[in-house]
Formats: sequence, C-alpha cells, structure tokens
Amino acid sequence: MLLVSVADRDRDAFAALFAHFAPRVKSYMLRLGSDDSQAEELAQEALVSVWRKADRYDPSRAAASTWIFTIARNLRIDAYRRRNHPEPDPDDPALVPEAPPSADAVVERKQDAERIRAALEELPEEQREVVRLSFFDDKTHTEISEALDIPLGTVKSRIRLAFGRIRNLLEDEA
Amino acid sequence: MTIHHHPDEEILVRYAAGELAEALSLLVATHIAMCPACRSKVRAAEAIGGALVQDASPVAMSADALDSVLARVEVSAEPEPVKAPLPSGARPILPEPLRSYAGSDLDGLDWRRLGRGAYHIPLVADRGAPTARLLRIPAGRPVPEHGHNGLELTMVLQGSFVDGGERFAAGDVETADADLEHQPVAEPGQDCICLAVTDAPLRFRGPIARLAQPFIGI
Ligand SMILES: [Zn+2]
Repeated sequence: MLLVSVADRDRDAFAALFAHFAPRVKSYMLRLGSDDSQAEELAQEALVSVWRKADRYDPSRAAASTWIFTIARNLRIDAYRRRNHPEPDPDDPALVPEAPPSADAVVERKQDAERIRAALEELPEEQREVVRLSFFDDKTHTEISEALDIPLGTVKSRIRLAFGRIRNLLEDEA
Repeated sequence: MTIHHHPDEEILVRYAAGELAEALSLLVATHIAMCPACRSKVRAAEAIGGALVQDASPVAMSADALDSVLARVEVSAEPEPVKAPLPSGARPILPEPLRSYAGSDLDGLDWRRLGRGAYHIPLVADRGAPTARLLRIPAGRPVPEHGHNGLELTMVLQGSFVDGGERFAAGDVETADADLEHQPVAEPGQDCICLAVTDAPLRFRGPIARLAQPFIGI
C-alpha cells in the first residue's frame, strides 16, 4: 500500500505515487477548465497535501484514488472560489455513525478502485455519459438534459441507476 | 433518529463533485453528518470521482515537478483546521461542520431578532450566491409567510415543523422550489431550529409584484 509507506515518509513510495497520480490530477484540472499552468500548480499542491496528510488516510474509509480525488476537489474549490468545502468531522460526537466496516471490508477496500472502474465500464454508455458530464464538465442535470436533448427525468433516472449500482458494490463488502 | 426527508440525489452528487456553492455544501455536509444513508451515497459518488481520476489520460507534469513538491513538503506542516470548542459533557446538537460555522453549539449562540418571535443568525452571506442561516421559530408559531425566487432548502436541527401536511423533524430536509408559497409552522412544545439555505433573497409577501426569475446556480 503506497500511501501507508508515504505516511512513514518513504520518499521512493511517494515518487511512485506522484508518477501515477500527479499527471491524472493535472488531467482532471484541465478537464474542468484550468489552463496548463494552473493545472500543473494544483496538481503539485494536491501531491503536497497527499504527503502531509498521508498519516490521516484511513484505508477502511476510502480507496487511495477516492481520497486523492477529494483532496484535489477541495484544492480546486479553495483556488477558484476561496471557499472551503464544508465536510462532516468523523470524530465529532454529534455525528450519527453507521455500522463499522468489518475486517474483511478493510482488506477488500483496496480493490474498490478497480471494481468501481470495472462497474463504470459495464454501465450502458448512456449512463456513463451522464456520470462523466455531471462530474467532469461541471454541468447541472438541467444543462445535461439540454446538451443531450433528453428529458430532465431521464437524466435523473440514469444518474440514479448508475449511482445505485456503484453503491451496491461498495455496500456488498461492508 | 429516523430521517424521512432527504436532499435530492442531484444535490448529493454535485456536493461530491465539488460543484455546489458553499451555503448548499454546508447544508449537505450537516445532513450527511446526521444521515448515514446519504453519507453512503456521497461516499459512492466520491468513489466514482476517484475512479474517473484514475481513468483520466495522464498529462505530463513539468520536469522539476517532483523536486519542487518534495522541496515544499519540507517547509511547513498542514495546519489543523480550527474547530468550535466542544461543550463539556452532553453530546452537541449541532454537528460539524455547522457547529464551527455557528461558532458554538446551540446554547452559546447570539440570536438576532427577525420579528414575530423568530430569530436568525446569518452564516454564509455573499452577494449573488446562495445564503445560509440558522432560523429559530417559536414553538407553535408560523415562519413569516414567504415565497422565494429560487430554491430553498430547510434542514431541521431541533424541534419540528409541519408544512403542506408533512412533518419535518431533526435531520429532515425540506426542498421548496420557486413556485411554492409555503408556510412552515413549528410544532408546539419546543422552538424549532433550522438551517435554511436560499439561492435568492426571500420575498416576504407584500405588494411588490412577483418577478418570474429563472434560477441559475445549482
Ligand atoms: Zn439523508
């Protein structure tokens, strides 16, 4: 687990993680409208945060790619809106907990990323398209319905089907 | 706590994608702190975001990017976010991140008079962007009658209200669109405290003609 080694301040592990994720985070930033130098800077910032926060990464909560996505997402919000992304605090006594993940789920979690990618690939193209548009093109469901010339209800039902499928996948292991 | 009214799935997905204005994100974050079901939907949406990043075609970084990042990580540590102090003993009523936005839990708040026995505390107020505030409606009384130009989401934190024949209690979110003239009434027994987010200023009913204003934003 690369991120666990990064938490131990292993520079070789970090270099490997950087080589994999920095060019993908840069790609994500470009896709969402950053120019090349902004995308480069945000990708570097994201990997700085990955190094600094690696000891707070909890493999039982999320796959590494998911955790890095949330870091990149939050940096983008900070950079463009000078805003925080408000989030619950997992240690907050007022947080209503779910059932804790089983030991099996922790072992399985690292395969999430692969399984979710596989599940996305298996989705009908029409569902995959609305998922991509809503995540990567910053479009509202109304805008997607106009761009694809399909009813709003159809956009919503495709999203619901796609997310239902992914959620079942995540919950199957818990 | 049994939650019966959840935010629309589109809002959860856009929260996970990082595309909501701060006021709406605050409401979603507060709801998912109280609602494991919606939290699991948000986690699933974030996992899809992770899979999409994983699948993105790599774009070459500059030649010295890794060295530059390693040089930066040496310099300073990540500052810990500032949190509102925890009340001693009892479990707080306001969950994070709302408690930090408000500055304290319910018992330490500085309410401002709104009229007709109601009070409020603005939390997120930017011109042209959705606003968030805490509302306190006295037990058994209505919220001053109003419509609005855009979407309004109201999440109950304590007490309950009834609107259009439906009951909203702690954790529930009411979604009202521009067409709805609604009239939430706090149930007797306890003041009703809500987090209210509007994407346009409230129009309290009066002689001014209602403008049909298409709402843009979320
Ligand atoms: Zn919910």
